[in-house]
Amino acid sequence: MTQDDRMASGAIRKSYDGIVACLPVTIPYRHYSTNSAHWWLGRALREIVTRARLRPKDIDGFAVSSFTVGPDTAVGLTQHFGLSPRWLDHIPFGGASGIVALRRAARAVQAGDADIVACVAGDTNHVDSFRKTLSTFSRFAQDAVYPYGSGGANASFALITKNYMNSYGARREDFAKLCIAQRDNALSIPHAMMKKKLTLDGYMSARPIADPIHLFDCVMPCAGAEALLVCREDTAKSLNLPGVRILSTIERHNAFPTDPMQVRGGWALDVDELWSMAGLKPKDVDFVETYDDYPVIVMMQLEDLGFCMKGEAPDFVRSHSFTNEGTFPQNTSGGQLSIGQAGAAGGFLGLVEAMRQLTAQQLGTQVPDAKTCLVSGFGMINYDRGLSSCAAILARAT
Amino acid sequence: MTTPLVRPKRKNPLKRTRLPLGPQGVRSRTAHGLTAAAAEGRFVLQVCLDCNTVIYPPRDACPSCLSARLPFRDVDRSGTLVAETTVQTSTDPYFRERTPWRVGTVKLDVGPVVVAHLHGDAVEGGRVRLDFKLDRSGSAVAIALPEKDTENMADDPHLREMTCDPKFRRVLITDGRNAVGQAMAKAFSDAGAAIVFVGLADGWKPFPGLDVIRKIERVEIVPLDVTDTESVTEQAEQNGARIDIIVNTAEHVRAGGVVDRHGLTVAREEMDIRYLGLMRLAQAFGPVLRSRGADGVNSAAAFVNLLSVHALMNWPAYGSHSATEAACLSAAQCMRAELRPGGVKVLNMFFGPLETEWFQTVPPPKVMPAVLANAVIRALKQGVEDAFVGDVAEDIRQRLAVNPKALEREMTS
Repeated sequence: MTQDDRMASGAIRKSYDGIVACLPVTIPYRHYSTNSAHWWLGRALREIVTRARLRPKDIDGFAVSSFTVGPDTAVGLTQHFGLSPRWLDHIPFGGASGIVALRRAARAVQAGDADIVACVAGDTNHVDSFRKTLSTFSRFAQDAVYPYGSGGANASFALITKNYMNSYGARREDFAKLCIAQRDNALSIPHAMMKKKLTLDGYMSARPIADPIHLFDCVMPCAGAEALLVCREDTAKSLNLPGVRILSTIERHNAFPTDPMQVRGGWALDVDELWSMAGLKPKDVDFVETYDDYPVIVMMQLEDLGFCMKGEAPDFVRSHSFTNEGTFPQNTSGGQLSIGQAGAAGGFLGLVEAMRQLTAQQLGTQVPDAKTCLVSGFGMINYDRGLSSCAAILARAT
Repeated sequence: MTTPLVRPKRKNPLKRTRLPLGPQGVRSRTAHGLTAAAAEGRFVLQVCLDCNTVIYPPRDACPSCLSARLPFRDVDRSGTLVAETTVQTSTDPYFRERTPWRVGTVKLDVGPVVVAHLHGDAVEGGRVRLDFKLDRSGSAVAIALPEKDTENMADDPHLREMTCDPKFRRVLITDGRNAVGQAMAKAFSDAGAAIVFVGLADGWKPFPGLDVIRKIERVEIVPLDVTDTESVTEQAEQNGARIDIIVNTAEHVRAGGVVDRHGLTVAREEMDIRYLGLMRLAQAFGPVLRSRGADGVNSAAAFVNLLSVHALMNWPAYGSHSATEAACLSAAQCMRAELRPGGVKVLNMFFGPLETEWFQTVPPPKVMPAVLANAVIRALKQGVEDAFVGDVAEDIRQRLAVNPKALEREMTS
């Protein structure tokens, strides 16, 4: 059902009025960790409780995203962490985890099913856990992808990138521009894994991973956690926590299954609703947090989320600058390409950074006069394409 | 065009030997439908019986109509290579040893999109033929071949990983005294084998084909008696480390059933030559074959069992012989599991009565030894695990698939 169909049938989505996201938490990443995912998630939860001056039992809603917490699920974690929530969700959706958790938690609080929801994402990274995650990521990956060179996501996105370049004339220099700007944004972030300035030469001459993907198109797998709190606006005020409002959200899985190769994500199906629900246009947002694993997906988001037409992202990139002081501030903390990808926490990274920018709690450079932003998520390359896409438009609570 | 292989030089013992490894071989049970077809060299995909959607990767519900009726069927294999990449960095030790490794996305004309290995002559944007082959782990993988055959295409390194091509490999024919052994020696020599060792028991005993074998290029006659453990062990010690393909041609065919045969002498001989002979060969040559599965251009590649198709269904006219063949088939399944870690294939060739002295009274159709030998070469080049040669074998394969009980009843007539 498209938005037009829904509008015609009189079904209009309820707003998220009165609900805020607050308390952006990041547990600084490490390349490898001997600790478990439980440890990382526990650190994030503790940070939330401490900074909000809450007791664990005040958390009556809990959403968790992790790939490496097995054999546990969210249920087991309640006992591990001593929580007794009346609302619980397990959202191992990779890059879509953050926004999906946010929109589910917001509805739960709005409906009164929970008052204070902690949304936590984190993964550990042991030596060799990356290979194990890849080889058993999904049934289709095991049956039909991993036995083909075992290049993991690098090889799958190499094919998507190659096809995009062939179709729309994107060049490696265009991807470089995005990566270099993100690295510039990361230089002032204390916990970024990659803090050496990236030059065009450095990007172009990097080691090939799976043609046309080279080293600096890839995120570094690492251990870490991200978290946030969702509650009513008055609750946030009473806790003295600055919050951000949710103007609109979208979520879609397995969109366009008959496209021979992925040149668009599910955003393209829902983009009109995203902007109309927020009552904004693409030019109205002050900055954008895209899902940047890999740069070609950033280009698809620029197109599918309405900043330019399909196939025009290469030109859009050539005519904009993407640092925090630029004409189109994008991935303002450096994104996963510079900070690292701590498994499912990667799906929270942009969201948490957007909250910081909007509430003036930023760790790096402030985007001037940041009042509204778009955050986007993408994830789960089950076979040949990423299946999950989502986005949210957020605004500073006045 | 593929760069033709160069005959490998004598191995430098100081150089690093590549140890056998396999790509990930774990598959869902449903995906092994592809393995079953690849083992016979067929190209199949799931086809929904309710809505005709062609499906890949293998599923348990149709993504168009949710039907569970999804049998594997022969389908058209042509498509277009939409995009390719060259994997330079792999997390898997097998591929790390073999990078750069090309893979690509093939859009099949029948619908699905298949991530596939690429033959060197498959070009991005071009038309390709898709094939399923058994990789070094024994599971089916897709490989995109150029639309039409190209020069030296069998020499492509990616393709050669999935086949057992005799070219430049060294072969042992275990018994050269019979017509099949002699035909085999000729076929392997013609196929470009580097050395064709031909085993002979009691070499002093003259036989009609000896002069013929001697004249075949690159044949080396060696003493070998599969009924003598010492002889087999000695031959393995002598030449085992430079044998890449073994074809067990030792045979012992006698008519007669089980109830109506007097005594056990013939049955014992059959078992000693065929079943215990196979075990002697497996024990003497198996470990070294398995350890040499990745040892360069002339790596160990295959053990070939020549089996009467009556291993699959007893033929009472040759009932005791059929039982012996069934024992050999069972042992071959075990050998497959044991040799798989080395990436060495066990090829079972099933055939009906041969055009030899031991099937004099049997009416045609019968299989000429040269036809069988050429079928072995073809099966090795394709990299299959099971092949059926001749009309009788094919007939029994098909009837067995439809109704084994009917076949059992009909074998007496």
